Order: sequence, then structure tokens, then C-alpha cells
Amino acid sequence: MNIHEYQAKDILRREGVPIPPGDVATTPEGAEAIARQYGGTVVVKAQVHAGGRGKAGGVKLAKSPGEAKELAAKILALHIKGLPVQKVLVTPAADIATEAYVGIILDRASKKPVFMVSPAGGIDIEEVAAKTPEKILKLPIDTRYGLQPYQASRLGFFLFDDVKKVRAAGKIMQQLYTAFMKSGCSLAEINPLVTTAAGDVVALDAKMVIDDNELDRHPDIAALRDESAEAPSEVQARNANLTFIKLEGNVGCVVNGAGLAMATMDLVKYYGGEPANFLDIGGSSNPEKVVNALKIITEDPNVKAILFNIFGGITRTDDVANGIVTATKQNPLKVPIVIRLTGTNEEIAMKILQENGFSASSDMDEAVKKAVELAKGGKAA
Amino acid sequence: MSIFLDKNSTVIVQGITGRDGSFHAKQMLEYGTKIVAGVTPGKGTQTFENAVPIFNTVADAVAATGANTSVIYVPPMFAADAILEAADAGVKLIVAITEGVPVLDMTRVYPFVKEKGARLIGPNCPGLITPGQSKVGIIPGRICTPGSVGVVSRSGTLTYEVVYQLTRAGLGQSTCVGIGGDPINGTNFIDCLAAFEADPNTKAVAMMGEIGGTDEQDAAEFVKTKMKKPVVGFIAGQTAPPGRRMGHAGAIISGSAGTAAEKIAAFEAAGMGVAKRPSDFVELIKARM
Repeated sequence: MNIHEYQAKDILRREGVPIPPGDVATTPEGAEAIARQYGGTVVVKAQVHAGGRGKAGGVKLAKSPGEAKELAAKILALHIKGLPVQKVLVTPAADIATEAYVGIILDRASKKPVFMVSPAGGIDIEEVAAKTPEKILKLPIDTRYGLQPYQASRLGFFLFDDVKKVRAAGKIMQQLYTAFMKSGCSLAEINPLVTTAAGDVVALDAKMVIDDNELDRHPDIAALRDESAEAPSEVQARNANLTFIKLEGNVGCVVNGAGLAMATMDLVKYYGGEPANFLDIGGSSNPEKVVNALKIITEDPNVKAILFNIFGGITRTDDVANGIVTATKQNPLKVPIVIRLTGTNEEIAMKILQENGFSASSDMDEAVKKAVELAKGGKAA
Repeated sequence: MSIFLDKNSTVIVQGITGRDGSFHAKQMLEYGTKIVAGVTPGKGTQTFENAVPIFNTVADAVAATGANTSVIYVPPMFAADAILEAADAGVKLIVAITEGVPVLDMTRVYPFVKEKGARLIGPNCPGLITPGQSKVGIIPGRICTPGSVGVVSRSGTLTYEVVYQLTRAGLGQSTCVGIGGDPINGTNFIDCLAAFEADPNTKAVAMMGEIGGTDEQDAAEFVKTKMKKPVVGFIAGQTAPPGRRMGHAGAIISGSAGTAAEKIAAFEAAGMGVAKRPSDFVELIKARM
């Protein structure tokens, strides 16, 4: 789950990370009032779950409250990577001497959270990694012991020469690590971590991504979810416990398991079709999930044929069959449906489908070929 | 012969009284798996299906039965503790089926299991099956048949798909292992490939990977440098939009974006057979055996 910059900053402030004040506005007038309160130059920053905000015109410097209002109006009208900007963060502009990058990422290979720091901060860290990898230090942390003082110090010395700044940075590393663990993050970033002309070390931007699997354990973090900042179809799917990603094609796919779902999409393409979506109904399915999946798929006007590909292991195929029957009774389908079911309780599932006038196949290639054909307006099932 | 699991494996089911645990415990019993104990705290002294004694702790279950394998069906927030409990009780093969285990929990669990000398498969995996001998997990037994193709996969249902097609074509399996798709899991492709290479009953290996990470590229390197047996690979997600699970910073650490094209190129460079669709495995494996 993504959270906004201002929310991540609140979490880091609670751990003691030095961060300039800031407040959030949803209107240009609100931004103007905040700017007036701070006085001087402020930064107006789009709060949206997309990278590259600066390049998209979502981060602007305003020298007066009037200019803050004007710029906030422009930013609040933006769509960045398809997502509407509905909030701006207004914060006093900092007096920046140097910019560094500090991040913690959960790493598959080392199976640990890895600190990644670079004195070349402020800009795109991917660019630093590609062009000057020697400017990045990576340090895996054993979560059973946590970040040790010597490690924080090593990270600090990679960024600064001045011992005072090294100590200040080390303290921030500890605080960032604490926040990362406490909030159940898969990523936590401060970019940039700046030094001011006065020699202070301050975090100017913050980003946190929370592991969805942690949300049951952290209701306070789960409550930070901003559904208005996400794609509506994906919100609907998540609330129904489904994983859904909308695509551009016309074959609506309902599959159990991410790997088989991707393989099914690949096969749709292999036979000359285009998948309309990725939809994984997951394991331990119940009929209700299938009803919701069909609802989401049939709301997409591009969908010309629906393809079910279910291989039952922990998923019981009779649950899926019952779901298809219930859903189509509630909302009769306007497009053809191709069903492929095999695995756990297959005999019961086939019986349920046949009794309700559906035919089903147990061969994946055959089912996909048929769905692609039907989506192109080929012969009816 | 087989890898990790055979007819002598003695199995504990952690979470045997839950919805998924009880359903699949029955299926495993029907398949012939030697289930010697169940564990559900507070239900010790009860018996499952009039056949399997239930204990309050894994330590009690191991002390009473000498079990060497455990399969875990407990809810995600308790899964890490269940794995630690099994490893601490001396269980040598721990299979965690549970989906949705917090990844940070696994950063503590993984090194502990290693230090105990146990093998963890999963979490978020379908488990493994040695056809005709034993199954631990949720892979449907009737789609498998004994034979000499080793199967290893990051996905659950995609494993079933390929195994089903192999069986229909008369290609039996030595052992099928679903290693799970979570960012941190106990057993990776290389662990399984090394075991298949050493298993005299395995003549060829079918391997199903996915986009994301570098496990498949590492596996391809292993096939190239350490294996004599033929390996055929497939990557799911050739048409998927860029993965969302681990933003770009994860790719910087691994030095790879983990795309399907990158992984397929690694397979080709290693001289592996490349299946373009699941049904291609049959011909590619037949041609190499």
C-alpha cells in the first residue's frame, strides 16, 4: 500500500526525524492560507501515488501566498500518470547546501531489508545506480539484531565527512529503520536528506510503501489508505479480496493464482487475442468472490468474451461453479463465457455447471483459443 | 528415489482443525501420506478423523511421534511463529502453505531455520508431492503420476497446469515442488535443481518461473555450469504490465528489472529448452529425454 508524502512525514516525525513543518490543502485558498501562516517562500507539492512528480509539474516554489494559491490551482488540476491530484502539501522552502539519498528496501536476494545511501541525492536514484554505482552504499540488516550503531555510523560516513553531520545522519538512519519496522514497510525513503547552510541535517521528502500483508496488524497504518487516490476498479477489486489490474484488450480473464493468471494472459496473446485484465481470485475461494469478479469484469465495456481458467488446489472448483451460477442469475451475461475448470471437486463443479446450462472444458489451450475467437466476433459457444 | 519427500516421511499438520487444514489433511491421508500428528493449541487429546492424534505443541507432537516433516495451514499472522516452532522442535522439512505472511516476519524466520539445519518450502506455496509415495500441501494428487520428470515452480496453479499436461502425455514426475511466489521464501530454484541433479530417478526438469527478481537468471547460470540433466523453462508474465510489488529500488539492488525477456534470454544462453506456453513442455521434454 502506498501512503502520501505528508503521511510518511508524520510517521517519521513521531520517531524524531527532523522535518520542516507542512500542512495539507485540498483547495487553492487552503494552500494560500498555509503559505501566509509560514510566510516567505514555500514549496507546493502534489500528493499523489506516482513517481516523477517534479517532472510532471507537481512540485513548485511559491514566493508569496498569492503565488501559492495560483500554483496550487494548477497542481490540483493535474493528472499525474493517470491519477488525479486531490491534495497539495505546503511547506516552507529550505536553504539547501547538499542533497543525499537514504532508503531501506526489502531485498529478495539477501532476504533482508537493505539500506541504500548515496551522497548524490535529490535526483532519480535509478539514474545514480545506472551511471555512478560507486556512489551508492548498500548494507543489509539482520532484523533479529536491528541496525547497529557501527552500521549507522558507516552509512553516515559514506554521506558526510563532518563528524557532527555523520552523527546526525546516523540518528536519522536509526529513526528511519524504527519507522520501517514498526509500520511494516517494504520501502522507506528520504530523498533528499539535505544539509542546510547552518549545518543541520534535515529530511525534505519521504516515501513509504507498506507490505499489504502487514495491514491487519497495523490498523492505524491501514487507516491511512486514500482510496480517492487510487484507480476505482482496483479499489473495488481489493475490497472484494481480488487482485485486479486493468489492461487494454477485450478478453476478460478470471483465473486463480497469479502465475496461472499471467500464463493465461500470455496464452490469450499467443492465440492472437488481447487480455482485458489481470484478475486473480486467489486461493480459498468462496462463491462470493466469483460473483464480485464477474461484476468487475462485466463493467468494462471493452470486454467481448469472458474466460474462466480455474485449476483447483486449495480453491474448490465447486465454489467457483456456484459463484458463476449465482452471478449470472443476478446479472445475465451480455457476452459469451468460456469456462475451463479442473482440479479439486471437479466432478461436483461440472455437474453444477451442466445442470445450469453451462458447458466447461478441462483443456486450457482449447478454452483460450475459443475465448479469443468469440471476442473477435467468431461463432457463438 | 525423489527429492525432499518420500513414502517414509512422517508428517505433522499444523492447523489441522482449520477449514483449509482439515480439508487438505483428509486429502493427504487419502493420498497415502504418513500423517502422524496434528497440532492445534488447546485441542491436544482430541483425534482428527479417528486416526490422527492432535497435540497442543509441535514439540509434544515430535516427542510422541518422531515426525520429520511439518505442513503449516495456520493464518498469516501466526505463520512465522508456526515455522519457528517447527524448526525449534527439530522438524527437518517445513512446508508453509499459508498465503499473506508479512515479508518482514520472513526476514527473522529465514536465518533461524537455516541455523537449525531445516529446509523450509514456502510460504505462500502449494507444497510438494512425490507421486505414488507422499504429498505434503495442496497439489491435487490425481493430476500426478510417478515418473522421472522433476518439476519446480514459483507458482501454485501454474504448477498443476504443467503437471496435468505432463501426466496426460504419459510423462510421470519424480517430485513436484512449488517453492512459492513470495519475495522471501525458504527454498529457491537452485536448491531444487541441485537436488534433482543428484536424484538418480530424475531424468529431466521442468521449471516454471515468473517475472520479477533474479531467481530464474541465477537458476539458468546454475543449469549452465553445474547440471548435466536437461532443463526446460517457462516464464509467466510475458504480457504483464510492469510489476508493482517491489518498486524500482528493488530492481536497483538486484541490478535487474526482472522482465520476462531478460529471463528467457538467460534460459536460452544456458542452453535450456524454452516453453512459449505451458503445453509446450511435453514436446520439449520428450525431445530431451
